[in-house]
Amino acid sequence: MGEHLMTVLSLRRKLAILSDAAKYDASCASSGTEKRSSAGTGGIGSTEGSGICHSYAPDGRCISLLKILLTNFCVYDCVYCVNRSSSNVQRARFSVEEVVQLTLDFYKRNYIEGLFLSSGIIRSPDYTMEELVRVARTLREVHKFAGYIHLKLIPNAAPELLAEAGRWADRLSTNIEMPTDIGLADLAPEKNPSEIRTAMARVRGKLDEAEPEKKAKAKPEKFAPAGQSTQMIVGADGADDGAILHRAAGLYSGYKLRRVYYSAFSPIPDSSSRLPLKPPPLMREHRLYQADWLIRFYGFDVPEIVSGGEGGLLDLQVDPKLAWALKNRHRFPVDVNRADREMLLRVPGLGIKSIDKMIQTRRHHSLRLDDVARIAGSIDKVRPFIEAVDWTPGGLTDDARLRARLTPQPEQLSLF
Amino acid sequence: MQTITLQALNDFEEWRKAARGLLQAGIAPEDVEWRDPASDAGLFGGDGEPPSGKQPVGSVPPAFIELARTAIANSDPERFALLYRLLWRLQADRSILEVSSDPDVTRLVRLASAVRRDSHKMKAFVRFRSIRDDTGLERFAAWFEPEHYCLEMTAPFFARRFAGMIWAIVTPYASAFWDGESLAFGPGGQKSDVPEDDAVEADWKTYFSSIFNPARLKVAMMKSEMPVKYWRNLPEAELIAPLIRGAREAEQDMIERVASLPPSRHVRQKAREDIRPEAESEIVSLADARAAVQGCRRCPLYEHATQAVFGEGPEHAQVMFVGEQPGDQEDLAGKPFVGPAGKVLDAAVEKVGINRSRVYVTNAVKHFKFEPRGKRRIHQKPDGGEITACRFWLNLEIEFVKPKVIVALGATAAQSLLGRTATISKLRGAPITMDDGTTLYVTNHPSYLLRIPDREKQALERAKFEADLVLVRDAITALEARH
Repeated sequence: MGEHLMTVLSLRRKLAILSDAAKYDASCASSGTEKRSSAGTGGIGSTEGSGICHSYAPDGRCISLLKILLTNFCVYDCVYCVNRSSSNVQRARFSVEEVVQLTLDFYKRNYIEGLFLSSGIIRSPDYTMEELVRVARTLREVHKFAGYIHLKLIPNAAPELLAEAGRWADRLSTNIEMPTDIGLADLAPEKNPSEIRTAMARVRGKLDEAEPEKKAKAKPEKFAPAGQSTQMIVGADGADDGAILHRAAGLYSGYKLRRVYYSAFSPIPDSSSRLPLKPPPLMREHRLYQADWLIRFYGFDVPEIVSGGEGGLLDLQVDPKLAWALKNRHRFPVDVNRADREMLLRVPGLGIKSIDKMIQTRRHHSLRLDDVARIAGSIDKVRPFIEAVDWTPGGLTDDARLRARLTPQPEQLSLF
Repeated sequence: MQTITLQALNDFEEWRKAARGLLQAGIAPEDVEWRDPASDAGLFGGDGEPPSGKQPVGSVPPAFIELARTAIANSDPERFALLYRLLWRLQADRSILEVSSDPDVTRLVRLASAVRRDSHKMKAFVRFRSIRDDTGLERFAAWFEPEHYCLEMTAPFFARRFAGMIWAIVTPYASAFWDGESLAFGPGGQKSDVPEDDAVEADWKTYFSSIFNPARLKVAMMKSEMPVKYWRNLPEAELIAPLIRGAREAEQDMIERVASLPPSRHVRQKAREDIRPEAESEIVSLADARAAVQGCRRCPLYEHATQAVFGEGPEHAQVMFVGEQPGDQEDLAGKPFVGPAGKVLDAAVEKVGINRSRVYVTNAVKHFKFEPRGKRRIHQKPDGGEITACRFWLNLEIEFVKPKVIVALGATAAQSLLGRTATISKLRGAPITMDDGTTLYVTNHPSYLLRIPDREKQALERAKFEADLVLVRDAITALEARH
């Protein structure tokens, strides 16, 4: 019956259904892969390190890849998912050739950097994974497509399929979905957290193998040069930010993940009554990304970041670095002319680039507040936490009203 | 006042030649008027005599050349003068570029980064349209209005990316052409030079509106990344206003809609599915236990480990080695003793002559306990609660394998098997008879040997470890002789 109905759907209608079904995956990155071009190949496509966002939807999200599902039929019944088997959304399925053609058509018009292909589970994990791999292989082998390809891994598909996926794709991902295993068992009963992590471990093993050894002459076979990533849904279960960040830290340390994406749970069409039917917690999602960044690049650890907030949740009013600084005022002010890089990284309002510029500049002359302002771009958040040649914050650092003064006015999150 | 009129809008070499002449003539920046084809004509007279002089010109840092090459494409009419002022100042002090707070340097950096951004947006927002001629040959053309003069620096990107296509990019000030082999530039054009439509644009618009999530409206964010000035040449931009208008409604609709009954396909599928096996109470074999351990939640360690790592070896092995817990590599591979400690154990077992194929290896704790540190996981010792919780699985392994001899490798294994904290130095070297009659030997964990930095001490400890294994070997031989 399904097969018959599907033939009636136009390609455009299928595109509408299968991109609508894919939009809850936050990943859109097309960065960090090897350098490739189509010069002399007769094909099209290139990748040059940093990806390009070809458009932006009014949700502020970058559109870099053609992000679609091969099909939104799914035998799983994950409560949070728009494609769960118990949902009444319209179903559709692309053929491998249709996805290939659509990717090429979009790419040639410079709409996209490449393809991000995922799928509902149909027939079996292996069958589904084989179809995804076939799309990537066709693009690469038949059409000499050198653009970016991101494939979603079906966790319990055969290891050989995972290996082949890595041969054609730039990036692979497996979504951990929930911050805790209990949460996953509750909302996605058919998914097995240990299988998901095992898939990540396998990818990591392959990534290790693909790393050339220093003295070896033979280059190892390439495997997913843009590495792997995962996504966690925020706000569908009761997990707090501490649990979320702790899980992320565990994943980063074990599986060489390039990114953990945090996706605020968003109302979906034909939603299950078991889930919070309210607008997505966008600010919470934003704070988690900031915290993730501070943990990876600014030398903060998870307990420190979480201690900036209350009861395991990050402060929604101010950014996590400022929140931490406000609770650790005894460590400030920091002398911008003497402090080491590690301590400068803890100053609210100063980013890595500014700090490196300041360190370079102070070799030539001592920094004044003005210099810091020019380098950092803005000084309001920085001023209470630093000392410069002509500046000392005096009582400002410990002022009880400091928090209120630095809290941004409630932002109009939507509209113009 | 010296006037310099440049022929090109963005030709670094042309500017460099002129600037060099000015320096040689010793003409100060404030005495130069720079003009280009975009400057208002007729306000000033001609250039007059070109400057001449023989003053020495010092070299400048490569970083300046790099920044200047980019900044010269900025449409700011002051760019040539700024570059010359910096060049002039660099003659006296080569280090000024390193002073990020210098106003001229700040401005140069800003001009260059505006150009880079415009060039980046060009890579992003050029939209090709397809044209097919009578012979069926397909070509592509795009109209684009950059804010700066960045076509020349950006066109090579399109040549690398669309090498297999024939294409043109037309801007108001210049055009670029790629015939499949080489890149050429020509004069500027107008919007009507490229086709008005492309059949695929309707698909693209469908995609644009479907990938948008109305529950996450963030218009300011969109506008900062995709400035409105670029919208007029983006086919999808006409959808933005209607999508925003409909967003609140679409979100409310999703929130308010009452959950529907699942489709019949789902109901049929659920009926086919069996109740999940692997309940702990139904474990009647080693294979059952191996399957069931993956669902273990007897302690919190399952949450961050990849998987439970169960023992390996023949089902009726004579001897069972029990380690502490899987390490980083064991956790990833799902097999015990595959990491460095496993290699030490294998070597020692082979050396003393224990038949490895008759050995069962496992751990007291089945999940890897670690502390994340950046991209590494730092091993942590399991605590008493975790050891006790996992004794359930070790008991099952002992029950099904029925080894004659068990070897506890390290304090954690000994604690698990004896039910109390254990000191290895006091227990090693003599057999311990357990309640069920099994013989237990206690020795160090092989990873202990790996952690000893002093070579002599390491050799000594290795000898003690091997001596303990000799006792195990002899115990096995004696047991075999009895049968």
